[in-house]
Amino acid sequence: MADQAQLIPGTLDLLILKAVSLGPLHGYAVLLRLEQISGGALLVEQGALYPALFRLVRQKLLKASWGTSENNRRAKFYELTAKGHKRLREETEGWNRVASVMADILAIQSLTLDSLTGSSLAAQPEEI
Amino acid sequence: MRLLASLRSLCSTLFDRSRADDEMEEELRSHIQHRADDLERSGLSRAEAERRARIEFGSYVRYKEESREAFGSRFIEILNQDVRFALRILRKSPGFTIAAVLTLTLAIGANAVVFGVLDSLVLRPLNVPQTESLYGVENTDGSGWQSYPNYLDLRDRNHSFESLAAIKMIFAGMDTGNDPTPATGWATSGNYFDVLKIHPYLGRFFHASDEYGPNSAPYLVLGYDCWHTRFHDDPAVLGHSVLLNKHSFTIIGVAPPEFRGTLLFIPPAFYMPIVNQEQVDGESILNARGINNREVFDMLGHLKAGVTPAQAISDLNSIGASLEKTYPKEVSNTGFVLGRPGLYVFARPAGAFVAGLMLLAGLILLAACANLGGLFAAHTADRGREVALRLALGSSRKRILRQLLTEAVLISLAGGALGILGGVVLLRRLSTWQPFAAAPIHLPITLDAKIYVVALALALVSGFLFGIVPVRQVLRANPYEIVKAGSATRFGRRITVRDVLLVIQIAICGVLVTSSMVAVRGLERSLHSDLGFDPGNTMTLGTDLAMAGYRGDAVPVMQRRIVDAIATIPGAKHVALVNNYPPLVDTAGNTENVFKNETSDLRQSNVAAAPYRYEVSPGYFDAAATTLLAGRDLTWSDDKSAPPVAVVNRYFANRMFGPVTGAVGRFFKLQDGTRVQVVGVVENGKYMSLTEDQEAAMFLPFLQSPPASQSFVVVRSTRDPQELASAMRSKLHELDAGLVVDTQTWNSLLDVVLFPSRVATMSLGVMGVMGAMLSITGIFGMAAYSVSKRLKELGIRVALGAQRREVLHAALGRAVKLLALGSAAGLVLGLLATRVLAFIVYQATPRDPFVLAGVVLVMLLLGLLATWIPAQRALSVSPLMLLREE
Repeated sequence: MADQAQLIPGTLDLLILKAVSLGPLHGYAVLLRLEQISGGALLVEQGALYPALFRLVRQKLLKASWGTSENNRRAKFYELTAKGHKRLREETEGWNRVASVMADILAIQSLTLDSLTGSSLAAQPEEI
Repeated sequence: MRLLASLRSLCSTLFDRSRADDEMEEELRSHIQHRADDLERSGLSRAEAERRARIEFGSYVRYKEESREAFGSRFIEILNQDVRFALRILRKSPGFTIAAVLTLTLAIGANAVVFGVLDSLVLRPLNVPQTESLYGVENTDGSGWQSYPNYLDLRDRNHSFESLAAIKMIFAGMDTGNDPTPATGWATSGNYFDVLKIHPYLGRFFHASDEYGPNSAPYLVLGYDCWHTRFHDDPAVLGHSVLLNKHSFTIIGVAPPEFRGTLLFIPPAFYMPIVNQEQVDGESILNARGINNREVFDMLGHLKAGVTPAQAISDLNSIGASLEKTYPKEVSNTGFVLGRPGLYVFARPAGAFVAGLMLLAGLILLAACANLGGLFAAHTADRGREVALRLALGSSRKRILRQLLTEAVLISLAGGALGILGGVVLLRRLSTWQPFAAAPIHLPITLDAKIYVVALALALVSGFLFGIVPVRQVLRANPYEIVKAGSATRFGRRITVRDVLLVIQIAICGVLVTSSMVAVRGLERSLHSDLGFDPGNTMTLGTDLAMAGYRGDAVPVMQRRIVDAIATIPGAKHVALVNNYPPLVDTAGNTENVFKNETSDLRQSNVAAAPYRYEVSPGYFDAAATTLLAGRDLTWSDDKSAPPVAVVNRYFANRMFGPVTGAVGRFFKLQDGTRVQVVGVVENGKYMSLTEDQEAAMFLPFLQSPPASQSFVVVRSTRDPQELASAMRSKLHELDAGLVVDTQTWNSLLDVVLFPSRVATMSLGVMGVMGAMLSITGIFGMAAYSVSKRLKELGIRVALGAQRREVLHAALGRAVKLLALGSAAGLVLGLLATRVLAFIVYQATPRDPFVLAGVVLVMLLLGLLATWIPAQRALSVSPLMLLREE
């Protein structure tokens, strides 16, 4: 349970930072932007967005101000602070590094698997 | 003020929080509306769109809750919940709550009182401006005594002080019109108030410019308290005159209420210029420079800006050296130190004493924390099932600990508040307490915010201290085991933190009990020590003839008439007079330098001894019951026309002449060169304080000494003291109705000398009793708890035929073992601590069988008392009842 709770907010925070980095957005628009840029691949439960947003505001990565949305409704708009920009850069780099290392590891394993024709080894990655 | 501000800020945060809450709500709703807009555009009806939007949003309440937590606004809410829950729990176990709060009340109260005294006496500077540069000029022994001419030289020749003021204590009969009553005031140099940079409450102060030589400035400034009590806050007293020892002084001003002089525990009733001192004292101090004329009590002043204390000391020392060179017979320069004015020579012992008390009070608090820690651990263990259930239902351990800590803090706050309340009441009593009827001494205790803050902080810290004791229990708890096995299962290990805490607590209590025993024994010994005289069966009569206008040679004549008159009272066996003060009265005593007979150069470096000097009438040794070892008593014919003689004590004789018998008939020299013949030797005694090392003393005939208007008549009699005293007073009234007299037994005059050890004994006694109470509750708690936990086991034992002894052993063996261990540790530590006590308590010695036996006995009694009820309960176990209950 603990693993899940840490994983999702972590990724969600980064995604929100990315979405907002393209321009100020209100909460619902953040959600739309996430759906749009992920091509609908990432599904976030709508309410879960707000705890994350408030957390980011409290960490001074985002700042919020009330405004009027394109639907002519009152909404709170979020934009990145300088600290938020910095964090986004760092997290993106970190994520890319992890992703490339993961990709490399996975590439090597599939190679090894190809060259070795043993079924006993094939089960191992799951255990690890 | 600060409290108000913080309250306001709390309110505004709460207010902001509710606004933030509203905003959050609005934002979440706005999201749902936006989503509904989109859904509506895709063809749904508005109502259906909103319904779908709400469903898609997920659990609104949950996300709102999470959002709030993310926003950081949950703290107050959780606190609120915890407090309410804690209150409910505490109300459910009133015994536990009351025990815990009372324990803490005692401990915090003790600490508040001791800290209040420490703060008032030691920590807080005098209530005058710029105390950081204000210093008293003191001799290396910590006293400030100086002769007036020396003071003038030091004042005028130093380059370090803005100016130096001098003060001298004055005891005078103050007469506002036919009501002479004794009053204590200060004769000060004219610049005193200007040096201190303070301003009058009413009228004006006197200044250096008012002084035009001896008796030129008959002005009087009243202390605020004196103005309040004797003059009823009447502003019209300005310009009126009062009589001080029959001399008229004009009231020119009133000192401000917050200024109570520069000696903390004697607030002066009045201030008068020191140049007029002769009118009140009867004898001028303005011209005599000698070592025996050091009448100035203290000098004080502000250092000039940029001058360091070290520079000032070397400046003063160079003046001292040059004075010694110029006046080798009068001045011996022992060096100067700078001190904080306020306590002077008493600063070190008082500071050490109060610091020692603070330490003991801290120990009490520690013992209380150990006690409460044990209580809390037991309490938590009893709630094992509840905690386990909450854990099983998904509560986080952090949350449970937070809740437990809230309980601890609530208790500490309640205990702290009650403790402060009690402490403040006690401190107020102390501040109005006058320990001696005769002397105007009081404890300068004023309450300030610091006391409250410190007490509250102590309460909170101890709350956390005992609150974290059960933490490990909770962290290790395995909910499944506990729920399965039921509440009887132990929740925690077998050798628990509680056992350790109990041993620590009992050890601390042992230290306290041992210290108080040592102090009691010390006091008892000092009451029965060999004083060199017998204060029992005596009555003394103190008079100051100067208050009735006697001067010069009229004084000894009148004094002889008084002695003769009192001798005619039936039952007065021996009557004698002693100038100034008898030994051990009001810690007053004069020493005088003496020289060997063959010394001709009477410079200070040739001094052979500095005995106490007493000027007595013939018959004094009989009246005081001092044993004459060799030679003869003084006689009435040892007067001005006879050659100077003296009776000395054994120590003096041994130091100057060798064996006692060889001393009689030998000569020594006084500072002024007078050759004095020793005619008798008496036993040694105590002169200034009970704890002093043996000192030399000499007794000179008062008829051969300069007249001293203040004297005591000592009467030895077996008559009823009250009767005798009134007979003496009426005799004196017959002689001169204007005499101010004070009759007391010598024993009651010893009060001042005994004061330190009495206070020490009293405070240590209170600490000891508190320690004992804490250990009783501690042992009782532990024993009662272990009996109640094991009732079933005990019942089975009884059912299987266990004897009473075995049952008791099973039920209480552990408690008794812990008690023995703790007591032994406490006894050893306490005996080690007596070294520290030796500072305050007369003859504090750890090698005292009475103390050892006493401590063992007390601890045994405590153990018995505390385990009595649990033992009864264990013995009354009925297996049938228990089995039926299951």
